[in-house]
Amino acid sequence: MIPPLDVVLFYLFGGAAVASSIAVVTQRNPMHSVLMLIASFLALAGLYINLDSPFTAVTQIIVYAGAIMVLFLFVVMLLNAPREDVASPYGPAYITLTTGPRKVFALLSVILLIELAFVMRQFVSASQSSGPAAAGHVSSVREIGIAIFTRYSLAFEATSVLILVAMIGAVVLAKKKL
Amino acid sequence: MELTLTHYLALSAVLFSVGTAGVFLRRNLITVLLSIEIMLNAVNLTFVAAGRHYGVVDGQVIAFFVMTVAAAEAAVGLALVISLFRHKESLSPDVFTSLKW
Repeated sequence: MIPPLDVVLFYLFGGAAVASSIAVVTQRNPMHSVLMLIASFLALAGLYINLDSPFTAVTQIIVYAGAIMVLFLFVVMLLNAPREDVASPYGPAYITLTTGPRKVFALLSVILLIELAFVMRQFVSASQSSGPAAAGHVSSVREIGIAIFTRYSLAFEATSVLILVAMIGAVVLAKKKL
Repeated sequence: MELTLTHYLALSAVLFSVGTAGVFLRRNLITVLLSIEIMLNAVNLTFVAAGRHYGVVDGQVIAFFVMTVAAAEAAVGLALVISLFRHKESLSPDVFTSLKW
């Protein structure tokens, strides 16, 4: 029996996303980390298309992979620091488990995963009765535009102020002398 | 076999945990920022999958806003990294201890 296409695509893109995200965390060179993160974003865009959300998929590629990651690449190249700082009082390893706090925090992220799985089980058993939803108008860009410019118009306008503040803040912070 | 919301929530949980581990374990400020981006993306996936499940576009709208916030956060965060690097010639978060008591 052949599984349906959306299941195959889910496991394909999901596996790619998880694998490249793990590569981002374990990669020593920040440049490779950035490139792996772009791969992860492309896999997530595939998942969005699998979820009938082409608008989000395209935005993901243009905004995330196109704009934000280019910014990261610029900074990595600008700082010209491809290696991690090995001369640290805490030891040479670039992923350290030697110091106490880091061990605790690594444990914390595992606990977080278990916790998320537990909460998810509760949630799923609670919402089991609602069947697969009709995904008719979810993929419509028109519906998204109407939602953004009517119900979410205040948040949308607030976003423009946020971007302005971030822009000014970035210029002020990165400038050598005001 | 059918894809359910659970599949997407599980994937999102795994991605979020990978991002959390990256924030806590890495000693490079740029990689820490990248891990934060992974976490934001995991949350985005949750929003879109939940919106699809309930048949509303609000999930995608919120994901759109999360992307905007991520762009602002990346710009300010990278500016901070540049200015910190200018002071100490290092990207390790363990070096910046002047606020430590």
